[in-house]
Amino acid sequence: MIGWLAAHGRALGQALRRLRRQAFGTLLSALVIGLALALPATGLALFERLQSLAASVNTTPQVSLFLKESSGRDDRNRLERNFQADAQLASVSFVSRDTAREILARNGLADILDTLPANPLPDGFVLTLKSADPAAFQAVADRYRADAAIEHVQVDSLWVQRLDALLAFGRTVMLLLAGLLGTALVIITFNTIRLQLLTRQEEIEVSRILGATIPFIRRPYYWFGGLQAFAGGLIAWGIADGLLALMAPEVRRIAETYGAIFSLHRLDLLQVTGLLAFSTLLGLAGTGLALRRHLRAA
Amino acid sequence: MIEFQEVSKRYPGGHLALAGVSFTIRHGELLLLSGHSGAGKSTLLKLIAAIERPTEGRVMMNGQDVGKLRADAIPYLRRKLGLILQDHRLLMDRSVFENLVLPLEIAGQSAREARKRAQAALERVGLKDRGGELPITLSGGEQQRVAIARAIVNRPAVLIADEPTAHLDPDYARDIAHLFQSFNDAGVTVIVSTHDPSLFCNARGRTLRLAQGVLTDEETS
Ligand SMILES: Nc1ncnc2c1ncn2[C@@H]1O[C@H](COP(=O)(O)OP(=O)(O)OP(=O)(O)O)[C@@H](O)[C@H]1O
Ligand SMILES: [Mg+2]
Repeated sequence: MIGWLAAHGRALGQALRRLRRQAFGTLLSALVIGLALALPATGLALFERLQSLAASVNTTPQVSLFLKESSGRDDRNRLERNFQADAQLASVSFVSRDTAREILARNGLADILDTLPANPLPDGFVLTLKSADPAAFQAVADRYRADAAIEHVQVDSLWVQRLDALLAFGRTVMLLLAGLLGTALVIITFNTIRLQLLTRQEEIEVSRILGATIPFIRRPYYWFGGLQAFAGGLIAWGIADGLLALMAPEVRRIAETYGAIFSLHRLDLLQVTGLLAFSTLLGLAGTGLALRRHLRAA
Repeated sequence: MIEFQEVSKRYPGGHLALAGVSFTIRHGELLLLSGHSGAGKSTLLKLIAAIERPTEGRVMMNGQDVGKLRADAIPYLRRKLGLILQDHRLLMDRSVFENLVLPLEIAGQSAREARKRAQAALERVGLKDRGGELPITLSGGEQQRVAIARAIVNRPAVLIADEPTAHLDPDYARDIAHLFQSFNDAGVTVIVSTHDPSLFCNARGRTLRLAQGVLTDEETS
């Protein structure tokens, strides 16, 4: 164990010396890696955040019915009887115009409501359906739209489903992009290590003659490739954080136009860990491929 | 103890470099290997270090068949040997001292121990103050000494040198020969190939003569 640690300590030292000697080249490679990973990292963080937002919105699909100003007690009773007979409905709740006003006031619109001479909101019903099938919504909506007492029918929450699907699609695209650019990372590291191996043929051969084992020869390259990719991961982190910070005000403004309060966060610990592990592992993979190709046994 | 049993070596391409060579090297011996260019001296020495493998026959070292060692066991065999190849193969992009430290690092010595031993080896070959220089700035004879120092830093029980006196003027060659004799005096088994066995004029020396891959003659001086 101690011997193993010492061997890795030595290999790390060697790798760091090589990094320093080729500081500029290493920096360039790390930058390329960082730039390549920044896009999927930012995209995934963005979509994850939006998805969690979408999930936090009530996604039980509902149909809202708004009653005409002229409708009365009789209309309400008649409709409630109809609802009871409707096999497609799971539950129904009545939202009076006063309750509706309270809800809006609680959501930060109190100022606006106060400026109005009277409550502009109608009475309404919120219908929850048994099925989540959009066709069922359309059927229910059509059925009640025809009613004389009903002013307006609104199918809620379908947009959330659509948004969800859209976000899932965006996320998939970002994952594919991460895979693609991850491959680029492997290739960049492969090439760096390949060039090193070619210029160090003599050292490798002499080391073999002096009794170096294959792991002894490999170790510094793994450290080098791993560290370079890790540095690339750090750069990607910095870029992604910067991009998210730049986008945050825009996103907040858009969210506000939908009446939502939403802010973009910087990458969280799990995402940063994932990003760094992803880049480091791919760096090690690229190194492994180069070693396998260019380090002949014995 | 090193024993060659009917060893033949045919290189890919078909050239037969050694043909049925048998002999034994005892512990603590000084063995000279002579013969014309192309006789197979380098090949024979490389077989001991498992740099080449025999086509036929066996090379035994302390009861182990060197030719049948697994690839991952070979490094441990080589660490027990001090090797000076014909083209001494110093690393020209690093200092003399760093060249000497390399085999110690490979053997897993601590940095402090490595520095100590490298310095001692440098002194042993008479290059005490040259550690900081690049090998390229040294003369051929000095480079040869660095190669010798690199071979002895790990204090091997067996020292193998392939024509360490070639291309040196006679005085310098004699100095190098003396160096090997002094290692042998200290109990190290020494195997040296040379065009000129007369450089080594010690009493214990045994000379094997190779001609076109065949052992033709053995003499003890
Ligand atoms: N790697 C190789 N591939 C093919 N043939 C080889 C190889 N190495 C040596 N030979 C051949 O084997 C024969 C013996 O070579 P070797 O190097 O052992 O001779 P030597 O006695 O050391 O010669 P010298 O005194 O010139 O160093 C030579 O004919 C040489 O051409
Ligand atoms: Mg030779």
